[in-house]
Amino acid sequence: MVINRDHENKPEASLSTSTSAGENPPVAAPTVEMLGLTRHFGATTAVNALSLAVPNGCIFGLLGPNGAGKTTTIKMLTTVLPPSAGTAKVAGFDIVRDAVDVRRNIGYVSQMISADGALTGYENLLLFARLYGIERRLRRGRVAEALRFMALEDAANTLVRNYSGGMIRRLEIAESMLHHPKVLFLDEPTVGLDPVARHAVWDHLRGLRNDFGTTILMTTHDMEEADELCETIAIMHLGQAVAIGSPSALKVQVGPDADLDDVFVYFAGGSIEHGGGYTETAQIRRTARRLG
Amino acid sequence: MAEAIQRRPRFAAPRGVSANELAMTAFIRDTTALAEVELRKLGRDPIELFTRAIQPTLWLLVFGQVFGRLRAIPTGNLSYLTFMVPGILAQSVLFIAIFYGISVIWERDLGILQKLVVTPATRSALVLGKALSAGVRGLSQGVIIYLLALLLRVPIRFGLGAIAGVLGFIILGSALFSTFSLAVACLVKTRERFMGIGQVLTMPLFFASNAIYPLSVMPAWLRALAKINPLSYQVDALRALMVEGGHPLFGLGMDLGVHLVVLAALVLLTAKLYPNVVR
Repeated sequence: MVINRDHENKPEASLSTSTSAGENPPVAAPTVEMLGLTRHFGATTAVNALSLAVPNGCIFGLLGPNGAGKTTTIKMLTTVLPPSAGTAKVAGFDIVRDAVDVRRNIGYVSQMISADGALTGYENLLLFARLYGIERRLRRGRVAEALRFMALEDAANTLVRNYSGGMIRRLEIAESMLHHPKVLFLDEPTVGLDPVARHAVWDHLRGLRNDFGTTILMTTHDMEEADELCETIAIMHLGQAVAIGSPSALKVQVGPDADLDDVFVYFAGGSIEHGGGYTETAQIRRTARRLG
Repeated sequence: MAEAIQRRPRFAAPRGVSANELAMTAFIRDTTALAEVELRKLGRDPIELFTRAIQPTLWLLVFGQVFGRLRAIPTGNLSYLTFMVPGILAQSVLFIAIFYGISVIWERDLGILQKLVVTPATRSALVLGKALSAGVRGLSQGVIIYLLALLLRVPIRFGLGAIAGVLGFIILGSALFSTFSLAVACLVKTRERFMGIGQVLTMPLFFASNAIYPLSVMPAWLRALAKINPLSYQVDALRALMVEGGHPLFGLGMDLGVHLVVLAALVLLTAKLYPNVVR
């Protein structure tokens, strides 16, 4: 089994070759490091002593059934929710002590469709360029770069309410990359998107990693997405990481013909229906509806 | 604002991100960025503003006309309608601002808030940005009431200073009550509970103020309440600045001071509560 830390470091070694950010030595400290990260909500423990390391420049997937603690983990790492116990470092900064420094170095894309429909794509980006503290003389350039990178130049001056679901998602990724964050957190980045839009989002995320060396930490339910995009995945169950490794390594562990669905069921105890409270389900449905 | 001070100079930011700018510069930039967006949206979709004109119109045309005829309320050298116009302006500022907090719940449900709280912008800048956005909306009410007052031949003061003063107090008043509303939203967290509480808050704030009758006619207990109600200071300033013959009861300096102190306290409090909404 792969819970111990030797296994956890394995993917890092194989990854350093695929990382294009050449300035980082192969044995760089992990960009995201959780040590015994724990969060209680009343009597329930959403995240239970989670220790994970995300290597620099890695696309790392957190998988798990609803209620496994993925979103809570992301909330703690993005400094929105203080941990009940344990610590974590993001881009070298403590998520509690140096919260503002952490926030300067991360981008976040929420699961929900959150771009402002009453503004144009350009205006949405400009707002975040200001909030991220990008210097005035660089702002226009950074907004143009993000638009180009996400292939949204033609739609820059269109109101976002007229965008397609895939375009909105790309705009949100554009918002989160304006300040060249070291780590990008994404919560279910392609939920509700059609296959073409999904592949476009994946291509852009890979591009972001390759061109900017961005470390990407994402949650997903989607096995195809995990298989296609993530170099390392951690399967979470009841607030703990029950398996960590590359998708192919985990498949081999489970059986000769296993696909990632089998891996998921094997490690998460087959309880795909577990958890997923009313709020979460309502949010997912609302997102799906808005994507039409 | 306390949090803003902690934004100490460091070289911890990605390239192109100003890490060692003054905390105050960042605070002002973040706040105005948010308010500007609101202004842009409002300019694009002004229909909402017209529907907002209905309620003050009814108060002035129906209530104002009838009570003006009765001459039951002693309003000194002002006609009752003249006395009432600044009060109704303050009332519409209050009514818009007090429900503004629901926008934070709405933004939470849309995921906008989650995105805002993971930017380096301080919580107090996010709160004051929202508050000033409400101020932008409040200004539109000012325009409507000025037009109504002209139609009703209420003697308006047209000096540049007087009008600028009125607009300034509208922004401050909207910011104050919307921040109060944001604080409530951060505590109750759901739309349904918020709407209930909003309804409960508005009428007492309105009636325990000098908006439609002077302090002098109130029983002592109500007068005591009115004197600690920020809305009374909003009305007092607007009455002094907006209409011919109006005088401040508390003094404009006192009115301004109350607005600034209460607003600053509410912004600091709400900044503490703000992240609760997304937890």
